[in-house]
Amino acid sequence: MIQTQQLTKRFKDVLAVDRLTLEVRPGEVFGFLGPNGAGKTTTVRMLTSLIGPTSGSAVVNGFRVGEQDTEIRRSVGILTETPGMYDNLSAERNLRIFGELYEVRNVAEQVAKYLKLLGLYERRFDPVAEFSKGMKQKLAIARALLHEPKLIFLDEPTAGLDPEASRLVRDFIAELKAEGRTIFMCTHNLDEADRLCDRIGVFKSHLLVVDTPAKLRASLFGRKVVFHLRSTDAKMIQTVSKLPFVRGARAVENKLVVTLDDPEANNPEIIRTLVKAGADVQFVGELRHSLEDVYFQLVKGA
Amino acid sequence: MNKIKIILCKEWAEVFKHRMVLFTVVFLPLMMTALPLGILWGTGEVGSTDSLEGTIDSEMPEPLVAAMCPEGLSGADCFQVFMVSQFMMLFMLVPVAIPVTIAAYSIVGEKTTRSLEPLLATPITTLELLAGKCLAAVIPAVLATFGAFGLFALGSRLIVANPMLLTALLDARWLIAIFVVGPLLAIMAVTFSLMVSSRVSDPRVAEQVSMVIIVPVLGGFFGQMAGLFVLDRTLVTWVAVVMLALDLGLLFLAGRVFQRETILTRWK
Repeated sequence: MIQTQQLTKRFKDVLAVDRLTLEVRPGEVFGFLGPNGAGKTTTVRMLTSLIGPTSGSAVVNGFRVGEQDTEIRRSVGILTETPGMYDNLSAERNLRIFGELYEVRNVAEQVAKYLKLLGLYERRFDPVAEFSKGMKQKLAIARALLHEPKLIFLDEPTAGLDPEASRLVRDFIAELKAEGRTIFMCTHNLDEADRLCDRIGVFKSHLLVVDTPAKLRASLFGRKVVFHLRSTDAKMIQTVSKLPFVRGARAVENKLVVTLDDPEANNPEIIRTLVKAGADVQFVGELRHSLEDVYFQLVKGA
Repeated sequence: MNKIKIILCKEWAEVFKHRMVLFTVVFLPLMMTALPLGILWGTGEVGSTDSLEGTIDSEMPEPLVAAMCPEGLSGADCFQVFMVSQFMMLFMLVPVAIPVTIAAYSIVGEKTTRSLEPLLATPITTLELLAGKCLAAVIPAVLATFGAFGLFALGSRLIVANPMLLTALLDARWLIAIFVVGPLLAIMAVTFSLMVSSRVSDPRVAEQVSMVIIVPVLGGFFGQMAGLFVLDRTLVTWVAVVMLALDLGLLFLAGRVFQRETILTRWK
C-alpha cells in the first residue's frame, strides 16, 4: 500500500523528514508515533501528495509521489490535524462539496450513509459552526471516507476529544480495519495506538523502529512473567535462574518475576521446576510494559 | 471545469453569509449609481437657466471641451457631461472594491478555518482552485458593475430629454471603461488580494491592505478634476491595454504564490 525509499523533506535549514524507508502492508493499521515537530504531519503530507519530497521516493496505492499526484489524492482519504470544515455551511453541504470534488458518483447516497453511520444525520442541515469539536471531527472522518478509499491517513484522530467521542472514533477506526482498509495513523495517544495498531513506527525526524507493539515491548524490555507463590525463598530463585532460557529472575514479596523471550514455551517448564522445589504456584500472569514505556525509551534514546 | 464550478458555488455559499460582503456587493453599486444620477438631475435643474452658457467654452481647457463637449451640445449640457464624468470615474471603484472584499474573506477565511488542507487533498488542480476562487470574486463584481451601469443608463434616459446629451453621457469612452476596463480592474483587484491574503491572517486586514488597489482609480478621479489629463476615448483604450498587461503579470505572480506547498507551509 505504501512504500517509501529514503524519503526526505527539508525546509530551508530544517530537516523535517530524514531518509524514511518504510512499508505499510494492505489491510494493516500502522501507527506513526513521535513527539511534536517530529515530522509526522510532513510525512503524511508527502504521502498524500500535498507537498513534494526533497529527495527519495514513495509509492502510494501503486502511484508514484511527485509523478501521479492527482491519482494519489483521488485514491486516498485524509483526516487532517484540524477538521477544517466550512463553518457557515451545513454538514450535508460540506460533505456534498467534497463528494463532488472526489468525483463520487452517488454523492447524496454516500453523504447520507456516512452521516447516519457517524450519528450526524439528524443534524445534517445545521451549520457546522453549531457543532461540538467531537461532531466536527466525526464529520471530518466522514469527509475522508466519502469516496471509499482503501487507504486512509488519520492525523491525530482523537486529539482534543472527550472520552466518549474518542471511544466512538476508535470504534469506527476498528470497523474500518475490519472492512480491510489500510490505515496510516499519526497519534500521540499511546493507549489508542496499542489497541488499534498492528504495527507501530516510532519517528523523530527519522524512523527509530518499526514493529508490532508486543515485539517492541519484548525487544526493549524482554517479556516478564509473574509467578504468584504462597511463599518464596532464595533456593527457588536460584533454581529458576539456572534454567537456560531464563534471562533474569527476582523476588518481589511473594511474587517471582522472571524475564523470558518466549513465555508461552517456557512457562510450563518453570512451573514444573517451581513445584519440584516445593513452591505452591497460585497464579501466573504477564507483566506488561505500557507502550508509553516503549515510546519514552526510544524517543529519549534518540 | 466542473471542479471550478464546485469551488465557485462553495465560495458564494460561504462568502455571502458575511454581512460585510453582502453590503459591499449590494450597497456600493447602488450608491455609485445614485451619485451620478443625482448629479445629472441636479445639474439639469441648474443648466436649464443657461447660466453656464459661454463659461464652458471660455474657461474649460481645449482637450476637456473636445472630450466632453461634442458639437451640438450647449454649455450647460457640456457641464453636465463633465460633472457626470467625474462621478463615473468613482463608479470604477465598484469592480475594484467588490472582489477585494470577497477575496479577503474567501482566502483568509480558508486560513482561519484551516479548510485549505482538506481542500488541497482532493484531486483538484491548483489551477482549478485558483480559477474558482478568482471567478467567485470577479463575477459578482462584473455583474454588479454592468447592472449598476444599466441602472445608470436607464436613469439617465428618464432624466435627460436631449438625445444628444444622452449619447454624450453614454459614449464609447464609458462603454469601453465599463465593459473592458471594469472586468480587467476586477481581475487585477482579485489577484492583488490573493497575494495580500496569502500574507495576513485576518480578513479585515487583508481587505484594508488590498484596498490600496483603489488608489489608481482615485488618482484618475482627482487627476481629471485637477485638469492633469482628460479621460477621452484614446486614453481609456490605452488604460485597457495597460490593464491587460498588468493583469497578465499579476495572474502569473498569483500562480507562483498560489502553490500547494507554499499555501500549506507558509499560510499561517
